[in-house]
Amino acid sequence: MTTQLSSGAVGRGLGDRVILAATIALAIVMVLPMLWAVGLSLKTNAELLVDTNSVLKAPWTLRNYYDILIGSGVFRWLLNSIIVSVGMSLGVLALSSLAGYGFARLEFPGRNVIFVLVLFGLAIPEQAVILVRHQLFSDLNLHNTYAGLMLPGMSAPFGVFLMTQYFKAIPTEVDEAAMLDNASRFKIFWRVLLPMTLPAQATLGIFTFLHAWNDYWWPLVSGTNEQMYTLTVGIASTQMNFAESAGLGYLMAQAVFAGLPILIVYMFFQKYIVRAVSGAAA
Amino acid sequence: MSAAAGQLSDLGRARAQPARAGAQQSRWSHLLYVAPFLFLYVTLLVYPLFAGFWLSLHKADFFGGSRFVGFENFVRLSNDKVFIGAVGNTFYFILLTVPALAIIGLGLALALNRTTPTAAFLRGVFFSSSVLSVTIVTLLWKVVFAPDGGFLANLFEAFGKQPVAFLSNADLALPAIAITTIWWCIGLPMMLFLAALQQVPRELYEAAALDNAGRWKTLWSVTLPSIRRTFALVIIIEVVLQFQLFGQAYLMTQGGPNNASRPLVLFIFEVGFTRWDVGYAVAAGQILFGLIAIAAMAQYFVARRKEAF
Repeated sequence: MTTQLSSGAVGRGLGDRVILAATIALAIVMVLPMLWAVGLSLKTNAELLVDTNSVLKAPWTLRNYYDILIGSGVFRWLLNSIIVSVGMSLGVLALSSLAGYGFARLEFPGRNVIFVLVLFGLAIPEQAVILVRHQLFSDLNLHNTYAGLMLPGMSAPFGVFLMTQYFKAIPTEVDEAAMLDNASRFKIFWRVLLPMTLPAQATLGIFTFLHAWNDYWWPLVSGTNEQMYTLTVGIASTQMNFAESAGLGYLMAQAVFAGLPILIVYMFFQKYIVRAVSGAAA
Repeated sequence: MSAAAGQLSDLGRARAQPARAGAQQSRWSHLLYVAPFLFLYVTLLVYPLFAGFWLSLHKADFFGGSRFVGFENFVRLSNDKVFIGAVGNTFYFILLTVPALAIIGLGLALALNRTTPTAAFLRGVFFSSSVLSVTIVTLLWKVVFAPDGGFLANLFEAFGKQPVAFLSNADLALPAIAITTIWWCIGLPMMLFLAALQQVPRELYEAAALDNAGRWKTLWSVTLPSIRRTFALVIIIEVVLQFQLFGQAYLMTQGGPNNASRPLVLFIFEVGFTRWDVGYAVAAGQILFGLIAIAAMAQYFVARRKEAF
């Protein structure tokens, strides 16, 4: 299992080393923009105005990060992002699990027709509904509220589709055994089947969290009050007046500060995150 | 009819459940499991979609003024140079990004499909950009492309060349956005190809080895044919994703210079949310919906044809 490379058994000699070297070169290109931003964030704005090549030479400073800590909206935006992303993920998990169980296990009038109609929703892009949705939320006074930021994500049918598939894959003998014990439908769902769907819950939860965390368009038009900015929108608002007001080093420190939490989470949960994202796409 | 089908598939369970009195009533109560989702689905997705169809036949602004105009919005779109240009830009952008994403993703997957720690680390590096939000990605790349003190500008100057203003050059703006996007999105195709490579039966490689097939021959006649379906899937997924280009263009160039990098979704955004010409924007949204629906249908068919591919 060590070299299950494309090629099969033939030599791991020169060819392999060239491929590895090329891949490492690409990986360096991959991290360069990040390193460049980190470098810029460690210089004073005044120095960068003269020459950005000064990044390569001392002195470096944490001044920009200090400025963020004492006076910046970033913490508020970070908090908003956490509230919205966690809230949306929990909402999607709850709704999708209930509906997935319903579609996979229960009979009710029109079940199959309704399920097919829900599947059609997978093909509706957000951009096709966002204007009407925006008007609807205006009428309901939901803009600049957490609910307003969370609810649209909960209406997407992807999670229901995923959970239905997952519940269907569990053998019905499991339910039957529980029914012989006179367990109620909800009890079977809650105590017996739901714990068996934990891998799917993890996939769906991570996928939804990342989607909510990185979503840009809806929070941009719904959370327009600076107090309700998510991190993504807040960082965007500062770069619109690029390098003019705040200074390049400060902007970059903000980008690093905003990107770091998700990168740290990624380092710890890489396996699950990769599985969730690629599982959701295919 | 659907209820009958449901009963058939539930026959096995019916036997295990002796007491089915009041079954009709309890079946209606089963709707409660799907009702919360259905409520949100209908109000926030289905209703906006159909209201959008209706609204696209109106001259409507954000403040409630609305007048039925039939297909006038669509006629206007077909004569709107900015809209036509935006559709063209979107297709051009797809052409710039999707083949590159598929080929680089495949190359990385082939190179990193092994269990060494180095390969695992490199896989982690190539996927890391995918977890960043679009606003951080554009911020990083703006200071790479900036003509004044940007990373590339410094590099050009070090080699005695004039720095290039990538983002304010009509020919280079969209390619620069494409490079940013490839950097941002390369993780997903790589991972999809890696998953597919793991599925290739080992016997095929053993047979190829017995035939003394070389590295390239094995790649060409065993590996690539085995992952054809994934290749098609990656292309379609990326077409659907890149169709929705918005944030990168909005934040890096605002669609400029001279509309050269304005994609369809940015057009919809600007018409709908800054010019408040809501009916017109929704009509453009319908066109986008149609285009994406075609791609989504293609994905459905490819995903279903498990063996045929």
